[in-house]
Parts: sequence; structure tokens; C-alpha cells
Amino acid sequence: MKHLLTAAMPRDEAIALLDLAEDMHQIQDRELKKLPALRGRTVVNLFFEDSTRTRSSFEIAGKWLSADVINVSGKGSSASKGESLRDTGLTIAAMGVDGVVVRSGASGAPALLAEWIGRPVINAGDGTHEHPTQALLDAFALRRRIHGDAARGRALDGVRVAIVGDIAHSRVARSNALLLPALGAEVTLVGPAAFLPVPAADGTRLGLRAETSLDAVIDEQPDALMLLRVQLERQAGKVAPSAGEYITGWSLTDERLARLGGAAIMHPGPMNRGLELSSRAADADASTVLAQVTAGVSVRMAVLYSLLASTTEASR
Amino acid sequence: MTAPRTVLGPDEIARALTRIAHEILEANQGPDDLVLLGIPTRGAHLAQRLADRLTGITGIDFSARVGALDVTMHRDDLRGRPTRASQPTRIPADGIDDRVVVLVDDVLYSGRTIRAALDALADLGRPRAVRLAVLVDRGHRELPIRADSVGKNLPSARTEHVSILLEEVDGRDAVTIESAGATGEAGAA
Repeated sequence: MKHLLTAAMPRDEAIALLDLAEDMHQIQDRELKKLPALRGRTVVNLFFEDSTRTRSSFEIAGKWLSADVINVSGKGSSASKGESLRDTGLTIAAMGVDGVVVRSGASGAPALLAEWIGRPVINAGDGTHEHPTQALLDAFALRRRIHGDAARGRALDGVRVAIVGDIAHSRVARSNALLLPALGAEVTLVGPAAFLPVPAADGTRLGLRAETSLDAVIDEQPDALMLLRVQLERQAGKVAPSAGEYITGWSLTDERLARLGGAAIMHPGPMNRGLELSSRAADADASTVLAQVTAGVSVRMAVLYSLLASTTEASR
Repeated sequence: MTAPRTVLGPDEIARALTRIAHEILEANQGPDDLVLLGIPTRGAHLAQRLADRLTGITGIDFSARVGALDVTMHRDDLRGRPTRASQPTRIPADGIDDRVVVLVDDVLYSGRTIRAALDALADLGRPRAVRLAVLVDRGHRELPIRADSVGKNLPSARTEHVSILLEEVDGRDAVTIESAGATGEAGAA
């Protein structure tokens, strides 16, 4: 693995990354949270879009591995003075950094950067395209919830996951739609028709089953319900439901929570309480929201280690 | 490349481990504060076997005093080699502070794995003392490190390859040596 641009990866590679993250996860229980594996490496967090949790998660991950981590945000950098992505990337590379974590509103920006700067690039979310570390941390949190301490080496075979919300515009949904099925999970996409991706010739969307009725999917008793952040303000002028319509049809309300059974309640954050899910659902025992955040650090440590620890060609 | 020559068979390995268990107790003047930490993969299995023997000898249950210490993140050759996979670390619930930690590994060679283990240990706590027990010492140290207990001193050429096979991993117990060519995890340790 030379870069992490997409969550599309072979099953073995995904399991190996999750296993590595499992070992990294042990650092959470330690007083001294520092491993020397990336000592002397420099990682730049290049964020052209606002982000608190993803950026700080990468920053903590890098620092716990002893890398030097520098944050460069779009605002206040030369990008706001009109510098191109290529020039910004080459400038940062010229300072001698070993890897770049990039978030951009432009789908495909990390892939271009990877071509230009000749060192490892990690996609921390690009437009409506992908957010691979989010999918990895979702898979990690789900695998842990199901298998507990025996999670190492396991996949998600037969685990039924419903992803609910604005699937078409969600990079989180897209990356999960690639990764979870590769691990054996059965994924159903759920949302208003206007939020579902365009169907392929065989009727599947992103190669997966899609449903418009959340109630029907809840009746199937899935193992996990992944609720996406809904940004109705972004949908102005489109054939999108109002907030009221969305809550009626697709929110995890108290009433739906009561029918959910033992399903894990997942959310990538930040949550809109009362919109994607009720406050009670957000704080339920079945909610994995905070476990996902913790998993994020471990998964990003695994990714940084995999891409930056070795400098030999054989590992790339 | 010659065929591997068996240096230790199952009975000899068993006797060596029994002797090491007695040596550990004698050096420590009893079982107090002893904790065994094996270095994965095979060192962890050897630590478990030593713990079983110590339980048998002393009548004290050692199952909560044995664990595994992965040293991958502390190695000094991460940069120059293909990315190494890690293994789980399992530290006894009571920790290692003020304990006598016996590190257990299959082969002692350059000493670099043990150097990494000492660093990894320092991040986890402050043992009263650290000892080292290995099944095979094949020489060629690159650091000032020596073992307190050795199952078998095995003079070898650097070009030779020493393999430790254990029932738990390999389906049988044996120590073999062969001239260059073959690759394996144990010989690199």
C-alpha cells in the first residue's frame, strides 16, 4: 500500500489493517501513550475543509506514533490567496515531509496530489467521493462490538448493515459501501428516493440493495444501523424532503428505537440530535458513536504506520 | 543448500524448559513477584509453557502471571524492511511495576529484539528487575545483551539458518539448523 485513497481494497488487506488497528488500540489502556515507530517522520494534515474530529484524530494518531504532525488549513494558508492544489502540495513536499493527510471539497483531489508529490497521501475525505479511514473505523467498531476481544483475524461475514440518509452525496456511505461488503457484510442503502444513488442496469445502487422504507428495514432486524449526517440546507432547490418529512420517514425516533432490537446505532458525527436520530437513540447502550471516535485514532495509527514506517520498495 | 539438521528434539526441548523453570526460581529465590512475558510469536508460547511448569513446581497458579510483549513498534529496523505486522501484547492485570519480569524468546541472536523489548517494557511500567530466558542462543551479538537462562548454546555461522518449531505453531517441537537459503520468522529473531 503506497497511498490510502479509497476504501476499495482486498479483504485480506482490510483484515490486516483492522488487526494492526486492534494492536494499536491497546495504547488506549496505557498510561504512557507513545510508540516510537514513526520517530523522525513528519506528517502534514492538509485540510481545505473544516473538520475537528478527523483532523484531531489524525493528529493524535501521528503523535502517539512519535511522528511530528503539522496542521495546514485551507483558510489562512496560501490556498486562500489563490494557490493551486498542485503548488500547495509541491510546496509542502519540498519542505521534506514524509506523508500528507488531505481533506478537500473536491472529489479526486487526494488522487491528484498523490500523483504530483511522490510520497504517501491519505484521503481524509474528498467531496462526495470517499472517506476511507471513516469506513475502516466503522468496520473496526462494528467488528469489536460483534466479536469483542476475539476480533483479531475476523471479518464481518453475514453482518447486516443498513446505511440511512443522503447516500448519494455521502463520502462516508460510498466508502462503507465499498469496504463493508468486501468484509462479507450485507449492506442495504436506505433513504428518500432523492437521496439514493442512481441505479445501475441491474437495479442495484453502488452494487447494493436500496430501500426507501426505513420501517421495513427495521422490521428485518439488522445488526447495525448507520445513520448519516443529513445536511438539508445543502439540498435547497432539489427534490429533497423537508426536515419534518425526513424525521417522519427516516429518523431513528424513540418509537423506531423501541423496535430496533439489538442493532448497533452508528453515526460518523457530528450528530444532529432530533434529525437523524433522537437524543435517546444517540445515548442508548447500543450507540457506538463514541466507540467509533476511539476506533478512529487506532485505525489512523494503523494507516500511518502501514504507509510511513517502512521506506523500502518491497512494502509499497 | 543442505537439508536441515535437527539439533533438539521434543524431549530435549521439554527438558531444557524444565531446567530453565528451575533456574528462574533459583535465581529469584522463589516464585515471589515473578512475571513471564514472551515475545510473539514463539516466545509467547514458550512463556506459557514455562508458566505451566512453574505452576507444577511451586503449586502457585502462574496463569495470571504470564503474558506476551510485542516489540514491533520499538524495532530499530522498521525503516529498512518491508512493513512488519504486529502481534497482540498481553500484560498481566496486576501490571509489571516492581515485579521481576522474565522475558522469554525462542532465539537469541543479534540482541536487537531484546533491546526493543526493554524499550517496550519501559513504556509499560518499571519492573524491579528484568531477566532473559531463551531456548537457543546462537551467538553473533550486536549489542551488550546476554541471557540469564539458555536452553541450548548453538554455535552457528551467520550464513546458517536456525529454525525453532513449536507444537502450537508448527505442529511439532524441534530446533533445526541449515545453511543459507531458507527463510523463516524464527531465524530472523
